[in-house]
Amino acid sequence: MGGFFKSSIGRKFAMALSAFFLMFFLLQHFAINFTSVFSGETFNEVSHFMGTNPLIQFVLQPILIFGVIYHFVMGIILELQNRNARQISYAKNNGGANSTWMSRNMIWTGLAILAFMGLHFYDFWFPEINTKFIEGDWSGLHDGEFRYYHELQEKFLSPVRVGLYVLAFVFLALHLLHGFNSAFQSVGANNKYTRGLKLFGKLYAILIPLGFVVIALYHHFNHNH
Amino acid sequence: MNLTLKIWRQKNASDKGKLVDYLINDVSPDMSFLEMLDVLNDKLITDGDEPVAFDHDCREGICGMCSLYINGEAHGPDRGVTTCQLHMRKFTDGDTIYIEPFRAKAFPVIKDLVVDRSAFDRIQHAGGFISVNTSGNTQDANSIPISKHAADEAMDAATCIGCGACVASCKNSSAMLFVGAKVSQYALLPQGQVEAADRVLNMVKQMDEEGFGNCTNTGACEIECPKGISLENIARMNTEYLKASLKG
Repeated sequence: MGGFFKSSIGRKFAMALSAFFLMFFLLQHFAINFTSVFSGETFNEVSHFMGTNPLIQFVLQPILIFGVIYHFVMGIILELQNRNARQISYAKNNGGANSTWMSRNMIWTGLAILAFMGLHFYDFWFPEINTKFIEGDWSGLHDGEFRYYHELQEKFLSPVRVGLYVLAFVFLALHLLHGFNSAFQSVGANNKYTRGLKLFGKLYAILIPLGFVVIALYHHFNHNH
Repeated sequence: MNLTLKIWRQKNASDKGKLVDYLINDVSPDMSFLEMLDVLNDKLITDGDEPVAFDHDCREGICGMCSLYINGEAHGPDRGVTTCQLHMRKFTDGDTIYIEPFRAKAFPVIKDLVVDRSAFDRIQHAGGFISVNTSGNTQDANSIPISKHAADEAMDAATCIGCGACVASCKNSSAMLFVGAKVSQYALLPQGQVEAADRVLNMVKQMDEEGFGNCTNTGACEIECPKGISLENIARMNTEYLKASLKG
């Protein structure tokens, strides 16, 4: 089993497993964010639970960090290996004749998402880590009230930031349109359920990023009123 | 029809190579692509020039020798055919046609459009076989029950002719469709079970050592494969590989 993750197939498996974890994470992240549209109070409570629960903070969060880092580092390594496997390019290559734009540009949509994560971490994750782990404040309070919903609204005031978020989720949708089903193929799932799974994958790839966009736009326009 | 051909010319493996333009007139739409190149080579020889080197053998779509990356696609714009089965009626008068060798580090160019695909042979040698006792006590194949479904799937996988269109079409130069087909044709049958684990481990190891890229499931290989080998074979190889690795 030692050589498994060094082989091309083993690395495909590992990319797919980290992708499954990230897609599950994305789904629960969306579900929590979505509560902010109809109830700031619910959003505050769920955010506080997620931000202070030891299992989430000290077990799932490190797994998530590992999953994210593994996925993009291995993605870049595999891309470099793949480029090296064809050292002279074709003078004329009609890639569109046999594959989708999304499948051929996973590295670029992936790097766009990585760039967005820099912004997202700057906005939310780094301040959160600073408050809890450096300042030692685990209360989740600001002026006697839960701070999460207020912080969310503050961030979505800027039209530039909202624009960048919307753009990032377009890239995420493009990444998922290939990535969702690619992950299943990588772990060997290509069978009678594949057609249904492809449809589900397309719905997931479009609806989840669209949901995040709607949440960002909702807070931007709702707060400005 | 009259055509402009942009053909990759490369004297030998160490030459840098370049695209050279050729004008060819009075091409019949009923010619196969290779016949059109034959006509060009006749002209080049008559003119005292070096003919274009390209691979071909059976010219019936069976041997897998003819290659060529034509106008940005392996075996040209038609589907389910090799270059010898591609006809000039797929092109129109006045077209410019790019003709390049299959490109991959694992398929080095030998001369002009001829590439060395012996990497596929070495992968086959690593495990693409079953060991059969031929001492005279060989069991009749028909005495082993095999379901129709498994037999059909194994036969589909076995139609791979090892032409390399999958590698040439893949943006990563991955050989996984070829190896997936060769693993599957035995993995689906009882005769292939005895050596199943060693087979997939050794063939994948050889594939990785040959310098092919990693599969990212673009599906280009399946579309361009002249024999319609399905991506299911790659999925099957992945699970076979996992099973074999877990077995130790």
